[in-house]
Amino acid sequence: MTTPATPPRLELRHASKRFGEVRALIDASLTLRRGEVHALLGENGAGKSTLVKILAGVHQPDGGELLVDGQPCRFARPSAAIAAGIAVIYQEPTLFPDLSIAENIYMGRQPLDRIGRIRYDVMEQAVEEMLVSLGVQLKAAQLVRGLSIADQQVVEIAKALSLNANVLIMDEPTAALSKPEVERLFAIAERLRDAGVAILFITHRLEEVFRLTQRITIMRDGAAVHFAATSEMDHDSIVAKMVGRDLATYYPKVDVVPGEVALSVNKLTRRGVFKNISFDVRRGEIVALAGLVGAGRSEVARAIFGIDPVDGGEVLVQGKRLQLGKPALAVNAGLALVPEDRRQQGLALDLPIARNASLTVLARLGRHGLISANTERQLAAHWGGKLKLKAHTMDVAAGTLSGGNQQKVVLGKWLATNPHVLIIDEPTRGIDVGAKAEVYQTLTDLVQAGMAVLMISSELPEVLGMADRVLVMCEGRITADIPRSEANEERIMAAALGQAEQPLRRAA
Amino acid sequence: MNSIVHMPKAIPINSPTVPVEMTGLTQPASKTEPSRWFLFLGRHRESTLIAVLLALIAGTALASPHFLNLQNLRDVLLNVAIISMLTAGMTVVMLMRHIDLSISSTVGITAYAVGSLFVAIPGLPVPVAVLAGVLIGCAAGCINGALVTFGRVPSLVATLSTLYIFRGIDYAWVHGGQINATSLPDSFALLANGDVLGVPVLVLIALAVLTVIGYYLKHYRGGREFYAIGSNPEAANLAGIRVSRRVFKGFVLSGALAGLAGVLWLARFGTVDASTAKGIELQVVAAAVVGSVAITGGVGNVWGATLGALLLGVINLSLVVLKVSPFWQLAIQGALIVLAIATDTLLSRAIARWTMKKRDHGEA
Repeated sequence: MTTPATPPRLELRHASKRFGEVRALIDASLTLRRGEVHALLGENGAGKSTLVKILAGVHQPDGGELLVDGQPCRFARPSAAIAAGIAVIYQEPTLFPDLSIAENIYMGRQPLDRIGRIRYDVMEQAVEEMLVSLGVQLKAAQLVRGLSIADQQVVEIAKALSLNANVLIMDEPTAALSKPEVERLFAIAERLRDAGVAILFITHRLEEVFRLTQRITIMRDGAAVHFAATSEMDHDSIVAKMVGRDLATYYPKVDVVPGEVALSVNKLTRRGVFKNISFDVRRGEIVALAGLVGAGRSEVARAIFGIDPVDGGEVLVQGKRLQLGKPALAVNAGLALVPEDRRQQGLALDLPIARNASLTVLARLGRHGLISANTERQLAAHWGGKLKLKAHTMDVAAGTLSGGNQQKVVLGKWLATNPHVLIIDEPTRGIDVGAKAEVYQTLTDLVQAGMAVLMISSELPEVLGMADRVLVMCEGRITADIPRSEANEERIMAAALGQAEQPLRRAA
Repeated sequence: MNSIVHMPKAIPINSPTVPVEMTGLTQPASKTEPSRWFLFLGRHRESTLIAVLLALIAGTALASPHFLNLQNLRDVLLNVAIISMLTAGMTVVMLMRHIDLSISSTVGITAYAVGSLFVAIPGLPVPVAVLAGVLIGCAAGCINGALVTFGRVPSLVATLSTLYIFRGIDYAWVHGGQINATSLPDSFALLANGDVLGVPVLVLIALAVLTVIGYYLKHYRGGREFYAIGSNPEAANLAGIRVSRRVFKGFVLSGALAGLAGVLWLARFGTVDASTAKGIELQVVAAAVVGSVAITGGVGNVWGATLGALLLGVINLSLVVLKVSPFWQLAIQGALIVLAIATDTLLSRAIARWTMKKRDHGEA
């Protein structure tokens, strides 16, 4: 216990931040003390990553106060945060693939000799020692390109360690790690904590929260809503604070009797990415594809839709064999794919809503090869109305909409093709809670009308709340097929980590 | 005191590029015989370039006895010397995932400006003339850098505009005139045409410039930042690198080298008019690309780029010696560029596939 006399190492008070129309942070507060591991919890889109980027000096808050050791300060750029002793391990590794591990770790702070030359020997020896102490078989001079996600994460950790930081922020560091790798990370975190480092730990796995952290801050809809000692909380009370509403009405799941098989995937294989993927999705059914980031789920979806090549296997839509490798044929066969990254892959951000909505059905809308703007607007207004799209007119650029409304435009675009099978990748990533509920309602309506839905999701509450059946992938294979009645967080997580199959395989 | 005396121990120059096996976390490398070869090629494109260069020279020499002589060697080296300095500047810019198309206009306007300076002040010392040329190049580089960093104009568009703007100013200024060798002092012409122990001074200058830039890129923080920015701009920002500042400096460096090249161009050819060096920017980009500087940034070095320039220079000469119609020469050059890029892509794809396969086997 720290005495109240010493100021906290880091304190954020009532910070706010907006990006265009989107209010990412409304009222975020956080207190980090020396020698503690502090959990920052909240659903995706609650504003955790924005908060991290403010602490890292990437974003500057619109309002609020930041105090380091009790002194108000402001980070104009990332180097200012680094200088203040704050190191961040981001959700996705931020490395230079073309440079060596040693250079990645020491970029901008390389040891120099008298005339300013980089001492590669000193640098590589230091990194070599660091890698040994982390217990990994990596070489300092090795290029980062070609490393696995777990190894890249290790490089990130080494980078943070080499900074001698006294504040360490870890944004979902365990998302892509196997069990022994997580244990190794925890051992390092505990060692640092005992050395007086303040650690902010973001995760979606609540068992890790109880295992590692002393205090908790919970965020919801861009605001910090609850502060507590970890020992005062339990699993259910945390989830209730995170979601902030009754779970039963949040997921409007209705029981539908599944019809005939709409999508059948048989031994689909892409070398080095996924292997022997087989499953069926029936009409009226929502099948969730769960697993860790990097398990190959999105890649399977992309292969089914014909975007990525495959090395073997077949896909049947409505009983008919689909020629793979050609997205246009997949659309004709009645497949629709709502991608994970809607800004990059789902939308033409600069085009108006109407033009976006009509992209999938241009051939049908055209008359003598010409497309009337009016027809496009009507189409967009039709689906916009059904999906409760919030926009003044159909002529504003899609990029100006909030995340939830963008997702509705992408959905509308695909529903306009009247698909039999909807593949939707991370349906609610980065959208606010209200819009989430509407997306769930839409999915429910669609399966009631007989559509087959394959939903890729990393959010366990969403998987448990919406899916009739849960397929779990681990390292390119399906490791479990769990019906709704038997699905729970522990079973899915175990399968996602590959434990159910071969418990000791990774224990090295 | 003591530590300072000890410090400058020789740094192993090759240590960061030593090929290391791509160890996965899960298993040690075992059956790697055929793949090693791939990896070696992938990491050492320079050695492939040298092999291709030697094969080309040997082939042409067999086909034509007039090919191998000192005059040809001297010609190639003189031609490549100026291009290679420009290629070094382009390498720096391309490492950052940018491009500088304006260099040919900078060369042209600098050559004319320095020539005019000699006309106006006949007794101008040579070092002052060189300095003036470099400064003019720096100014041009500043304009490019400002457009790209502060103006946030994509470098392709920014330097395409300045390519036309600088050339346009050149035309308006020159107004049909030209500078003649007679207006230049003899000591200035020696800069390009003199010899030291039989080696042309111009070649020595180019070697010195390339060595300095090559060494800087490898051994200094600033140099490594060029690589970092091109490899992952977002990560460079997060690592605390002042990205805009560094990009600006890169463009200034490219401009300065173009200015120096302009002065040397004047020294070498003596006659300069408004269309001097027109079109060489694409030759320079081609040399860098053939020299395995990645257009996507983060990969490449000055020596590879110089080999690329040398290879294109030797090909040009070979085509002349072999009496290939000059109409075909451009097409053949273009085909070679495609070949170079295709080899690069296929090679890196093969490496990627091999890595994937290995991981796959490891999991099975």
